[in-house]
Amino acid sequence: MLCKRIIPCLDVKDGRVVKGTNFVNLIDAGSPAELAERYSDEGADELVFLDITASVEKRKTLLTLVKDVAKAVRIPFTVGGGISELSDIEALLKSGADKVSLNTSIVKNPELISQASKRFGSQAIVAALDTKLKDNGHKIFIKGGREETELNALDWCKRVTDLGAGEILLTSMDRDGTKAGYEIDFLKEVASAVTVPVIASGGAGNMEHFLEAFQKANVDACLAASLFHFNIIKIKELKEFLNSAGIRVRL
Amino acid sequence: MIALIDYGSGNVASVANVLTALKQEFIITKSEGEIIRSDKVIFPGVGEASFAVRQLHLTNLFTVLRICRKPMLGICLGMQLMAECSKEGNIKCLGIFPGTAEKFNNENTKVPHMGWNDINIKKESKIFNGINNGEKFYFAHSYYLPVNEFTTSVCNNFIDFAASMEKENFYGVQFHPEKSGQAGVKIIKNFIELC
Repeated sequence: MLCKRIIPCLDVKDGRVVKGTNFVNLIDAGSPAELAERYSDEGADELVFLDITASVEKRKTLLTLVKDVAKAVRIPFTVGGGISELSDIEALLKSGADKVSLNTSIVKNPELISQASKRFGSQAIVAALDTKLKDNGHKIFIKGGREETELNALDWCKRVTDLGAGEILLTSMDRDGTKAGYEIDFLKEVASAVTVPVIASGGAGNMEHFLEAFQKANVDACLAASLFHFNIIKIKELKEFLNSAGIRVRL
Repeated sequence: MIALIDYGSGNVASVANVLTALKQEFIITKSEGEIIRSDKVIFPGVGEASFAVRQLHLTNLFTVLRICRKPMLGICLGMQLMAECSKEGNIKCLGIFPGTAEKFNNENTKVPHMGWNDINIKKESKIFNGINNGEKFYFAHSYYLPVNEFTTSVCNNFIDFAASMEKENFYGVQFHPEKSGQAGVKIIKNFIELC
């Protein structure tokens, strides 16, 4: 039976991993390849790299990152952040990334999902969704959460999977950074509405939060950043905790 | 010399990284001649089946792979392309293994089948030397090969499907050994050293 996955997320700027809260007070946390190796040794099932570089050098540094990480670890990883062209996706996958996550670009151009999944397979295309609860339901936000769209989040989840996305990375902006737990009700709604795997993101603060997401929302994977970066939770201990609570994980 | 086939539809870089780490001599190639001159062939595959088969025809590799008599390891889509047909784009494949690649039914299970899953070894195979039964490997696929007489291990995703296949000099794995930690590296090492 398939295991539930634990995925550390690393923010990358100008080719270096950075740590911070809400994109401010960023501090250099080291090289992507070294951190990838550390997380892989600690038992991470996958990694996500989110590039927040704004410079024109972005493409080149992201490709270098992918090549370095692919040399360093033998676990799958996803890269995201500002990817909008089929040729960029091809270059990243060819360099050793397993998946790309697409966010703003697919809102602007939904056809990119179908083109990319036809060319590279659904398993390589992750739709990353930033959501926030508004008066009329959950809405989709783009450009790193700075811009609200008209899209209803649940409708958009169904749409991206119809177009061929192989996985949904669902981030709750309301919960992100709060350590108050994942947004269980909405995750549950999404996980039961789509037939692709769902990754929960935003809000993890302790080990029970992961258990809750797997048990109550039935998500396939849980993503977290600062909890792992600042060693508040050790991946190995988290997986042992989940295992003893009856969740199938890779130990 | 190992020929690592690059026909424009495989995650060649990750397999190449493993071969480099294992200090193997290899060549990344789409040349029929270089495949013929090699000792072993690794046939990776990621993406869509009908696109990949078209690439094999365009690079003139379809026939040489079919009649290859040296040890050949197909990975993921590479293994599926070694079957007779694929329902992904309804395409005729290499026909080395019997059977047709089918799509998982998303009424029963999440599709793609994505993540770490355990395999149940059904037949002795050199590629499983030193691998424990029940070992977990990384899978990422929406289509699968049904279990048949050439299946050496099975995996379960609501239904049982072939996690690995073997027939004469042909080996196939549905999972990604190059992305499956040390157990995956061991599979590639076994293929190189024992097959």
